Amino acid sequence: MTTPDRGAAPPDTPAGADRSGAPVAAPRWRDRIGRLALPVVALALGCLVWELAVWGFAVPPYVLPPPSTVAATLWSDRVLLLDSLVATLTTTAQGFGLAVVGGAGLAILFSQSRLLEGALYPYAVILQVTPVVAVAPLLLIWLPQPLAVLACAWIVAFFPMLANTTLGLRSVDHNLLDLFALYGASRWQRLLRLQLPAALPTMLAGARIAGGLSLIGAVVAEIAAGSAGAGAGLAYRIAESGYRLNVPRMFAALLLLSLAGIAVHAALSLVSWLILRRWHESALPGRA
Amino acid sequence: MPATPPAVVTLAGVGKTFANGTRALAGLDLAVTRGEFLSLLGPSGCGKSTALRLIAGLDRPSAGVLTWGEGGAPPRPGDLGVVFQEPTLMPWATVAGNVRLPLRLTGGARGGDADARVSAAIARVGLDGFAGAYPRELSGGMKMRAAIARALVTDPALLLMDEPFAALDEITRFRLDNALSALWAELGKTVVFVTHSVFEAVYLSTRIVVMAPRPGRVVADLAIDAPFPRGERFRTSAAFAALCRTVAQALADAMGEELA
Repeated sequence: MTTPDRGAAPPDTPAGADRSGAPVAAPRWRDRIGRLALPVVALALGCLVWELAVWGFAVPPYVLPPPSTVAATLWSDRVLLLDSLVATLTTTAQGFGLAVVGGAGLAILFSQSRLLEGALYPYAVILQVTPVVAVAPLLLIWLPQPLAVLACAWIVAFFPMLANTTLGLRSVDHNLLDLFALYGASRWQRLLRLQLPAALPTMLAGARIAGGLSLIGAVVAEIAAGSAGAGAGLAYRIAESGYRLNVPRMFAALLLLSLAGIAVHAALSLVSWLILRRWHESALPGRA
Repeated sequence: MPATPPAVVTLAGVGKTFANGTRALAGLDLAVTRGEFLSLLGPSGCGKSTALRLIAGLDRPSAGVLTWGEGGAPPRPGDLGVVFQEPTLMPWATVAGNVRLPLRLTGGARGGDADARVSAAIARVGLDGFAGAYPRELSGGMKMRAAIARALVTDPALLLMDEPFAALDEITRFRLDNALSALWAELGKTVVFVTHSVFEAVYLSTRIVVMAPRPGRVVADLAIDAPFPRGERFRTSAAFAALCRTVAQALADAMGEELA
């Protein structure tokens, strides 16, 4: 079949064909190494100053342990700390998983029924605006401790998922909705083929927030619970070490918590990038 | 006088008033004839897009009736193709996925049959080799081609186009006008094309209906009798210029009437 303009010239030039040009690759690499190396160098320098200051001013380790002592504690207490890390991460993952399923699920229900949304959304907001620290003691009375901790992680992670999915499901291109109506799409087809894919970017942004908040919720609940025993998380270790003035272990646990937070964020960012990289503006190269 | 071909759809006394009280259309009488390339031409706010949405079944008229030819049954999904002003592609799907959408939604074709129809539609608009590309990798003109392929994939009898090339640069627009004109001549579909460009309307159409705003109504109905296929030669001919002048005069009359 004929398209008269094709012989003369290609239809139109693809946009962004010049995006992966070789000449820009080298400086970009140097850029990236620089961006990674700078904070590492800063950290090393900071640790050195810290170490020297502790020794130089003879600060006792129960006030401020030097980095070398923190590292040594991390190693000597590794079994205890790793167990706690696993406990906290398990709670975080479970709370996050339930929040994603519950938040996205409720948002989908809301998108199908304005009545349901009107009836329940205010309570979701109340769940969000009430500080979880204040709710934790009550939950600890009502529920067995592991369940109460999980509930706290879930409560804080749930709302960003709900809010972001709701926003995404509502931000569908009107012309695409018309198109689906034109071809007689069922409610189910519209949800699966249009609304959910359109909501993916905001849902994934919500998931990134929810992952970090789930960790915070778990930590808050562990501190509020404050009881030892099997499955005691990192936050409990921090509180316990504080009572015992085992400050090096506090630092070690704190370090692990930070690393856990970074890992959660990095993992969710990676998942988001993998899902969106082919089509969404946020995943374009050079816009990280 | 030769016998008029049967009407695909007839609008009689159609009016549309929106919830906010805007009268977009009033007393619109329009018959779309089988096989014609009909352009609705007019300034912004003359209700030409509204008329198109009524024909597409995306809105209901507040007055008057639409009568469908061929037994009077309204078109089933897939009998109509629509191209909007924006390409309106799903950014998460490839060109092939977007073009396939109507077949998926209507259940019209499955498996190999659907594959064949999708590739045929993509080839027809000159996008071969881009089936696996995502919309963001395409230029504006290529996105519009993909949208046209999607509208054609169900082999609709009636194609509705709402200022599809208005957002494109003039060079790309001329190219797409050429491609569309050739496509129409080859496929013999009935096309209703909304535009505010006199040149585009004259170049593409067999008939131009000029509309005036507030409220939207028909003020002139002009046949464009130039032979097909039309190409650059037609676009630069004296006949084209004369036709443009006639149509532009009709449009100016419509505007003057509105200003008075």
